[in-house]
Amino acid sequence: MAERGFQISRLPGFATIAIAAFVLLYLPIITLVTFSFNASNSVAIWGGFSLHWYADAWANDDVKAATMRSLVIGASAAVLSTTLATMAALGTTRRRAFKGQTFIYVVINQPLMVPEVVTAVALLIFFGIIKVATGYQGLGYLIVAHTAFCIPFAYLPIRARLESMDLALETAAADLYATPWQTFRRVTLPLLAPGIMAGAMLAFVISLDDVVITEFVKSGGQDTLPTYMLGQLRRSFTPEVNAISTMLLGLTVVLLTLFFLLTRKND
Amino acid sequence: MSPAEDNAVRTSARNGWLLSLPALVVLAFAASGPLLIVVWYSFLTANDTGNVIHEWSIEGWKGIFFTYDIFEERYALADAHLTIFWRSVWLSLTTTALTFAIGFPTAWFIATRPQQQRALWLFLITIPFWTNLLIRTFAINEVIRNEGLLNTLLIWAGVIETPLQINYTETAVLIGMTYVYLPLMVLPLYATIERFDMRLLEASYDLYASRLRTLRRVILPIVKPGIIAGSILVFVPSLGAYVTPRILGGGKNMMIGNFIELQFLQGKNWPLGAALSVALLFIVMAALLVYVRVANRDRGAGHG
Repeated sequence: MAERGFQISRLPGFATIAIAAFVLLYLPIITLVTFSFNASNSVAIWGGFSLHWYADAWANDDVKAATMRSLVIGASAAVLSTTLATMAALGTTRRRAFKGQTFIYVVINQPLMVPEVVTAVALLIFFGIIKVATGYQGLGYLIVAHTAFCIPFAYLPIRARLESMDLALETAAADLYATPWQTFRRVTLPLLAPGIMAGAMLAFVISLDDVVITEFVKSGGQDTLPTYMLGQLRRSFTPEVNAISTMLLGLTVVLLTLFFLLTRKND
Repeated sequence: MSPAEDNAVRTSARNGWLLSLPALVVLAFAASGPLLIVVWYSFLTANDTGNVIHEWSIEGWKGIFFTYDIFEERYALADAHLTIFWRSVWLSLTTTALTFAIGFPTAWFIATRPQQQRALWLFLITIPFWTNLLIRTFAINEVIRNEGLLNTLLIWAGVIETPLQINYTETAVLIGMTYVYLPLMVLPLYATIERFDMRLLEASYDLYASRLRTLRRVILPIVKPGIIAGSILVFVPSLGAYVTPRILGGGKNMMIGNFIELQFLQGKNWPLGAALSVALLFIVMAALLVYVRVANRDRGAGHG
């Protein structure tokens, strides 16, 4: 398309507000990251470059345990929710609309609509009953809870990928006497793989970020990285929290970049 | 329809259900189902040591609006609770308005960039969108707290002598929520503005409309679905916000989410907490229903 000579779409002041918005969005994050490398104890006055807050965080056993827990829960929830979401996406796309399809959509997307704190309260009560009844106190509750709220995040990119896929290839496979399983394994799944990977990554990021539901569901000594950080805030605020935040932030940015590369339309 | 086709349709529907079933079971177990238990608990009797006694009672629901005065032996309006409700609604509405005031120009700016640049600008909005809410709240806290960036700079520049007390005020919660929810407003607005036909502007200006009039009479009516979507996306999580008011508001500026937590994790009054949760859920559902109705009406009328 040719460039317009006269900028018809320009609205006075809009560009200024937009640039200010971008600056305001990034300034706090940049401050947080910068002061994680601060040699002094302050989170406002620069005392030279240092990695010692990272060293402190690394040497802290609570942080290590919380990190491990976050990764275990995140990986489990990502794998489980992506598997379930892939099946559900295969079940609800590319077939004639059937009775109850809307109901399935609503249930799958329900975690996106209910305020997190309400779900958290519901799980606190429900899992509390199960804990008393069975005596089991393990990480399973957190994994199931995370799996549930990750399902819609995994489902959406997988469904989007499925809807943009060409049915003709599968028809061709069937014409060549491939069994439905062979067709799925050799044609559908490889074509769907980028969508599945994207869904899994989103699910992992969402699980890693969760504060509210984890805070309500966890048993004693089951802090994840975010709930540990929230707990630290009750005490004094040190750059160690900045260092942990920066590491989490880095991980999120890497995963998101991968996500975007995977879901780019012209791949 | 022939019997064979009929059969195929039925098989297809059955497979659709079977494939969706595992996800539905997990969601019923750890998301939708437990919500019913909350409704049930809101009608039970509070136990002083936390949890509940299994006796039917509507004290939890009454507790939202009234407190029982043991000296005068009568119910009085619970001012503290009403203040929290009012604050939650007011802060959420203001947050929605502020994110719109900043988000609309931002979305317009992104949508009017040359095609190749747009993806980059969008990516810049998406990174904060997916970044941990807790980290973003920490980040804004770094800027506005007493020893934070803003106060340090202002004192250094000689504008003020003592730090501005922003943290632990309603203003801090408002700044924080606007900051963390801004991307939720920008993204749906961008999606509608991107489809906006810029030739309509040309037509409007040709007919001697001023920029302001064009904005009011041409642009805003057409991007209305995006405005509504963005407002719902900001309003709903604001109303249920927990992390941001807890960190930036302190104990004094609680919102509904923190008040609910107080009833449960501090073991005060589970039925009241359950009743508050159900009430919050109803308000959110009402907002979503309004959204669905308006969105459908617009879709119906849009092609007329």
